[in-house]
Amino acid sequence: MDAVHVHDHGHGGHAHHPAGIMRWITTTNHKDIGTLYLVFSLTMFFVGGLLAMGIRAELFQPGLQFWRPEFFNELTTMHGLIMIFGAIMPAFVGFANWQIPMMIGAPDMAFARMNNWSFWLLPPAAMLLIISFFVPGGAPAGGWTMYAPLSTQMGPGMDLTIFAVHIMGASSIMGSINIVTTILNMRAPGMTLMKMPMFVWTWLITAYLLIAVMPVLAGSVTMLLTDRHFGTHFFNAAGGGDPVMFQHIFWFFGHPEVYIMILPGFGMVSQIVPTFARKPLFGYSSMVYATSSIAILSFTVWAHHMFTVGMPATAQLFFMYATMLIAVPTGVKVFNWIATMWKGSLTFETPMLFACGFIFVFSMGGFTGLVLAITPVDIQLQDTYYVVAHFHYVLVAGSLFAIFGGTYYWLPKWTGHMYDETLGKWHFWLSMILFNVTFFPMHFAGLAGMPRRIPDYALQFADFNMISSVGALGFGLSQLIFLWAVIKCIRGGKQATDQVWEGAEGLEWTLPSPAPYHTFETPPVVK
Amino acid sequence: MTSKLARLFAAAMALTATGIAGATQYNLQPPQSIIAREIYDLHSLIMWIILAIFVVVFGAMAYSIIKHRKSVGHKAEQFHENTTVELIWTIIPFVILIGMAYPATKTVIAMKDTSNPDLTIKATGYQWKWGYDYLKEGISFYSSLATPRDQIEGKAPKGDAYLLEVDNPVVVPVGKKVRIITTANDVIHSWWVPALGIKQDAIPGFVRDTWFKADKPGTYRGQCAELCGKDHGFMPIVVEAVEPEKYAAWVKDQQAKMTKVAAADEPGKSWSLEDLKARGEKVYAANCAACHQASGMGVPGAFPALSGSKVATGPKDGHINTVLSGRPGTAMASFKHLSDTDIAAVITYERNAWGNKTGDAIMPADVKALRK
Repeated sequence: MDAVHVHDHGHGGHAHHPAGIMRWITTTNHKDIGTLYLVFSLTMFFVGGLLAMGIRAELFQPGLQFWRPEFFNELTTMHGLIMIFGAIMPAFVGFANWQIPMMIGAPDMAFARMNNWSFWLLPPAAMLLIISFFVPGGAPAGGWTMYAPLSTQMGPGMDLTIFAVHIMGASSIMGSINIVTTILNMRAPGMTLMKMPMFVWTWLITAYLLIAVMPVLAGSVTMLLTDRHFGTHFFNAAGGGDPVMFQHIFWFFGHPEVYIMILPGFGMVSQIVPTFARKPLFGYSSMVYATSSIAILSFTVWAHHMFTVGMPATAQLFFMYATMLIAVPTGVKVFNWIATMWKGSLTFETPMLFACGFIFVFSMGGFTGLVLAITPVDIQLQDTYYVVAHFHYVLVAGSLFAIFGGTYYWLPKWTGHMYDETLGKWHFWLSMILFNVTFFPMHFAGLAGMPRRIPDYALQFADFNMISSVGALGFGLSQLIFLWAVIKCIRGGKQATDQVWEGAEGLEWTLPSPAPYHTFETPPVVK
Repeated sequence: MTSKLARLFAAAMALTATGIAGATQYNLQPPQSIIAREIYDLHSLIMWIILAIFVVVFGAMAYSIIKHRKSVGHKAEQFHENTTVELIWTIIPFVILIGMAYPATKTVIAMKDTSNPDLTIKATGYQWKWGYDYLKEGISFYSSLATPRDQIEGKAPKGDAYLLEVDNPVVVPVGKKVRIITTANDVIHSWWVPALGIKQDAIPGFVRDTWFKADKPGTYRGQCAELCGKDHGFMPIVVEAVEPEKYAAWVKDQQAKMTKVAAADEPGKSWSLEDLKARGEKVYAANCAACHQASGMGVPGAFPALSGSKVATGPKDGHINTVLSGRPGTAMASFKHLSDTDIAAVITYERNAWGNKTGDAIMPADVKALRK
C-alpha cells in the first residue's frame, strides 16, 4: 500500500482553535476528540479498578470484613458497568477517532460536530453512574446485567444508571454512524474496501453491531424504568409479564456487545503483528470474512447466557451449536496471526509483547468459552467463578491488552516521542503475570462450586481467593506504570521518526510525528 | 544452562500435573448422580481436546517466537496466503466440534427428561431462604442458613460447613428419581447442587423443573446461583440422601409434626398477647430481621425502620395488608405464604416491640379476613 502524499506542513500554523479548556469543549478535530475519549477512558479505568480492589479486599478472606453485603453488590455492579461502558468502549472509540481518518487518508471524521457531541455526552453519563453511590439506597446492586425483577427493587440509583445507559447508548450510536459514514465515504482515492487496514475493517463491522444493538439495550432499560415507575408489567408475572423476557432482550444486546468489545482489539493486533514480524498479514481476506462471520453469528447465540432458565431442549441445542460454531472463525483469526509471525523477522517491542500476550491469553479465554458452550457443562458452571475467569480472560487479557498494545504502538505518532521501552516492558510482564495470578485460580474456584457475586464464601475456596486477591492488588498497581509511561511519553522522550517502526506500513506512518493538527487535507493516492 | 532449566521446568510441570490429577479441588466436584457423571466426563473430554489444540497452536507460536527472531538473524519471508492451509484449519475445527456436540446433545436430552419421577419436591426461592413442599407427601418447611452470625463476622471460629449448612435439609431417598420443581416468591433465584449435577433457575410466577437420582447416601451441599439481593451468598441448599427405609421413617415423622402444628394453629383459636408476641419474635427473626434488623431499626436508605414507623403504629389493617401483599417496586415482598397464625403473631410482635406500644393483639381470623 504505497501512498503518495503531498505534504503541506505550511498549514500546521493556521490551526485557528481556542486555547485552554475551550479548545477541548468546542473541538471538532478528530485528534482532539480521540484524545478526550482516551483520557476519559483511562480515568474510568482507574475508577473501575478501584472498585475491583474493593471487591478483592472483601474476598481476601472468608467472613465479612469490610463491606455490608449490599455494598459489595454495588461494587460488583458498578465495576462491570464502569469498565464496559466507561473504560473499554470509549477507549476503542478514541482509537477510532485518532486512527481511522489517518489510516484511510481522510482529513477528519464525516460529522465533526456530532463527534464533539457524542464525546461530551459521556462525562455527564459517567457522573450519573458515580453519583448513584451517594443517593438513598446506594448504587444499583443487581449486577451489571440489571436482571428484572431484582432491579425493580432497587432505589433511585437504578434510575440514574438507566439514564446513564440511555445517554451512553446515544453517544455510541452517534459515534458509530460517524465511523460508518467516514469509512464508506471518505477513503483516499484508490483505497478499495479490500485494501483497508484491518483495524478499519473491524471498526466498520463493530459500528454496525453497535447501531443494531444499542437501541435494544435502550429499549430493555426503558421497559425496566416503566415497570419501576409507571405501573407496567413487562417483567412481572403478576401482571402478565415475564422476568425471563428481560434476559432475552438484554442478551440480544449483550452478546453482540461482547464482540463490540473485542473486534476492534482484533483489528489492532492485526496491525501490530505484521509490523513487528516485518511481513504482511496472513490471510487478509479470510480475516475480513472471519470477522464478518463472528459479527453475524453473534446475533444467534444470546441464549447461551441463559442455559439455566429452563428453555426447551431444542432451544438449548440450537444455542449450543451456534455458539460452538463461533469457535471456527475465531480459530481462523488466531491461526492467521500465528501464520503472520511464522518465518517473519520478529522483534519484541512493547506493542508486540502485548499483541503476543493478547493472542495467548485471549485464546485461553476462547478455550474456556468452548467449555462453556457445551450446555450440560455450562449448566454446572453458569454463575460461578469459572465464568468470571472466562470473561476476564477475553475482556482484560483480550480487549485491555489490545488497547495497551495499540497505545504503545501509536503513541509515538500521537506525541512525537518514543515511550520509555523499559517501563513498557515492566508494564507488560507485570500485567501478564499478575493477570494470570489473579484470574487463573478463579477457574478452579468455579469448578469446585463457588458462585459469583457473593461477598463471603465457604472455606474450601479460601486459598484460591487469597491468591486472586494478592494478584489483583499487584495487577491494579502495575497499571500505574502505564500511567507513568504515557505521561512521560507525552512530556518528552526520544524524537520519533515518521515511520516510527521499521516494519510499519500504512498511511498514518507517512505523516510526520507528531501528526499535525490537520492531516490529509489533500487526499493521498493509494495504488 | 538452558537444558538444566528445561529439565527443571519439565519436573515442575510433571509435579503440577500429578498434583492436579490427584486433588479434587482443581476439578468439578466428584459426581454423585448419573447426570453429574456425564457432565464430568464431557468436561474431561473437552479438556483433553483443548490441551491438544493448546500444544499444537502454542507450540507453533513458541517455535516461531524462538526461531524466527530478527535477533537470531531470521529474514522475513513475504508469503501472505495459502488457500489449502486456510481451508484445512477451517474444516478440522469444524470436525472436532461435531465430535464434541454429539455426546453433549445426548446429555442435554437426558437432563430434560423429567418424566416418571418417584417423588416431586417444589423448591421455592425467597429472599433469602428456600421453601420446600413435598407435593404428594404433604410436607412443607423452610430451609435457612444455619451458620451463626458470629462466625460470619469473625467473632467465632468458622465451622467445617461454614455457609453451606441449613436448619432443615431436603431429605430424599437414594436411587429414586427426584423431580425438583422450582419457582420463586420475589426475584429470580437458582437451585444448585453441584455434586448432583443440577442447577435450575427459580423464576417468580413461573414453574420450571429438573431431576436427579442420588447414587449413594450422603450430604450434598449447594448454594443459590443467581444474584438475588443482599443475602444471595447466604441461602445454601443441603440435600440429605438416605436409604429408602430411613426416608420413609422421616416422611412419617414430618407428617406427624405437620399435624401437630396444624392442630396447635387451629383457626378461630384465641391467643393471648404474650403468646402471640413470643411466637411473633421467632417469625420475625426468620423472615423479617434480614432487612428490618433484629433491632427494628432497618438499614437507613435501604430498608425502613419498623420502630416508630407509620405502618407499625397506624391502623392494623394497613399493617396486615402490607405484610400480605408486599410493596411493589421495593424489596418488601409479599409474605402471604406464611400461615394466618404466623402473620398475626409477627404483626402483633412488630406493633408491641422496640418502643411500639399499640397494645394490639392481632388474631389469625383478622388476617384471614383480609386475604384476597
